[in-house]
Amino acid sequence: MSRSRTDQPLISVLAISAVIAAAILLLILLFLLRESWPVLNKVGILRFFTDDGWYPLEARFGLAPMLWATLAVGIGAVLVATPLGLAATLFTRFYAPRWLALPFQRMVALLAGIPSVVFGLWGLTVLVPFIAAFEPPGASLLAGILILTIMILPTIALTADAALAAVPEHYLRGSAALGFSRATTILGVLLPAAKAGITGGILLAAARALGETMAVLMVAGNVVQTPTSLFDPIRTLTANIALEMAYATGDHRASLFVSGLMLMGLVLVLAMSASRLGGGRLHG
Amino acid sequence: MTVIEKNVCCTPSEMSSEAFTLGPLQLGPPCCDPEPHIQIKNLSLSYADKTALSGVSLDIYRGCITALIGPSGCGKTSFLSSLNRLTDMIAGCKIKGEILVDSVNVHAANTDVQALRRRIGMIFQKPNPFPLSIRRNLEMPLKEHGIRDRYVLSHRVEKALTDVGLWDEVKDRLDSPALALSGGQQQRLCIARALVLEPEILLMDEPCSALDPLSSAVVEDLIKSLRGRYTVVIVTHNLAQARRIANYAGFFWMQERTGTLIEFGRCQQIFEAPAHQLTAAYVSGARG
Repeated sequence: MSRSRTDQPLISVLAISAVIAAAILLLILLFLLRESWPVLNKVGILRFFTDDGWYPLEARFGLAPMLWATLAVGIGAVLVATPLGLAATLFTRFYAPRWLALPFQRMVALLAGIPSVVFGLWGLTVLVPFIAAFEPPGASLLAGILILTIMILPTIALTADAALAAVPEHYLRGSAALGFSRATTILGVLLPAAKAGITGGILLAAARALGETMAVLMVAGNVVQTPTSLFDPIRTLTANIALEMAYATGDHRASLFVSGLMLMGLVLVLAMSASRLGGGRLHG
Repeated sequence: MTVIEKNVCCTPSEMSSEAFTLGPLQLGPPCCDPEPHIQIKNLSLSYADKTALSGVSLDIYRGCITALIGPSGCGKTSFLSSLNRLTDMIAGCKIKGEILVDSVNVHAANTDVQALRRRIGMIFQKPNPFPLSIRRNLEMPLKEHGIRDRYVLSHRVEKALTDVGLWDEVKDRLDSPALALSGGQQQRLCIARALVLEPEILLMDEPCSALDPLSSAVVEDLIKSLRGRYTVVIVTHNLAQARRIANYAGFFWMQERTGTLIEFGRCQQIFEAPAHQLTAAYVSGARG
């Protein structure tokens, strides 16, 4: 690409912005590493996976149960929210009458804007007692999954809708000209065509689910244990930081930063798989 | 001017390619017995705010290539879309008049549109293979119309790809994405996708205009080879192409702010002895 002189100011502004964005990420990572270094250096990273309990004051740093809990609640929410969000989108986009579709879409968009603590409040006062009526204590992995499902459903529905809206018109005409039914057009042509966008939305939602703190903290019970049933109370990595940061010192504090590092690792893996899927767009 | 009368459309394999240069036309043969395949009677088509087409009547003959020529915006594509009811997809599009395909009334309320579209394939200006593998692109229409047998599926896929001259180019990579093919290959795949359903009629909306000259020539040869086996209606802005491939030609023009069919006849007659002065001006390049 040739650079003319008029490009120079723009290039400088863009380059500086890009450097700042990249630098912030790098600095956060460095900061996390620095703060967690004392304990990582002392006991080694492996102990965080192998220790049999989370008693940081007694030098037992087992984060594994919380890692599993985080994964369970995040994956569970994605598994429930994906079919729901996709079905809602397909219905409003292709089958619902206009008078229903438009208000519905507005509502979904609104749902995306509700602060997580409000979801937490609702979950605490409605969802948890409801689950407790079947299987006490109520505050559980299931409650966390359900709350997260409601929170990430709009992300999945809205991104899927945008991806479907961006499918070129000529696919639709080609499909109609071949005498395809609406169901075949949607499942056989439109969904594959919108696959990259839909997958991107799901990964975005998954990242949000893994990172969500407040709502999950309020409904999940926060007992450190590897979940063995949907009704077990769990504590996620994010909740662990939020719960203990206020009073933690020394190795305890440093080990909370290890929780943060672990979370970033999870999201990094997710982002990498996202870019791999995005790169595979042509091979749909 | 002597017309070399050849039974062209019935014996496509005997046609030599020299016969379709821009030289002395051997085209516009009396196509066996001109037998109407599609009858259009006094067709008018209007969108919400404007009339796109009015008073079009013509017969499209079985096994022949009928070219529709004329400037942009005079209703050729609308006309083509009305033949397989693709106009249904456009909100506010109204059709008056009658279209009969072998005496099936296309626009009757009780017409089975899916069955109709199985009989009438359509090729678009921009190649539009689905973002799936080459094989899936061809199998999906078959499965949609109830063909599930593995052997029949692969046999029909191979036959369609062979018919469009794509088999040797793609037989080793049937499961690779169709969108990785070149533009010309994609368009031939789209033609194969239409042919795989064994339709009787093919509608083509400027099938070569988005292709480079070499691919365009390949696709044009392919269309020529369809003569006699399918009834082809092709919209084209390329007059030389229309001259080379068509048996019949229809000339559309804007009149009184609506598109209409000015003249319809044997291709040779339209190009060499047009009856209407607008046609004469258009085919000679004086207008349009």
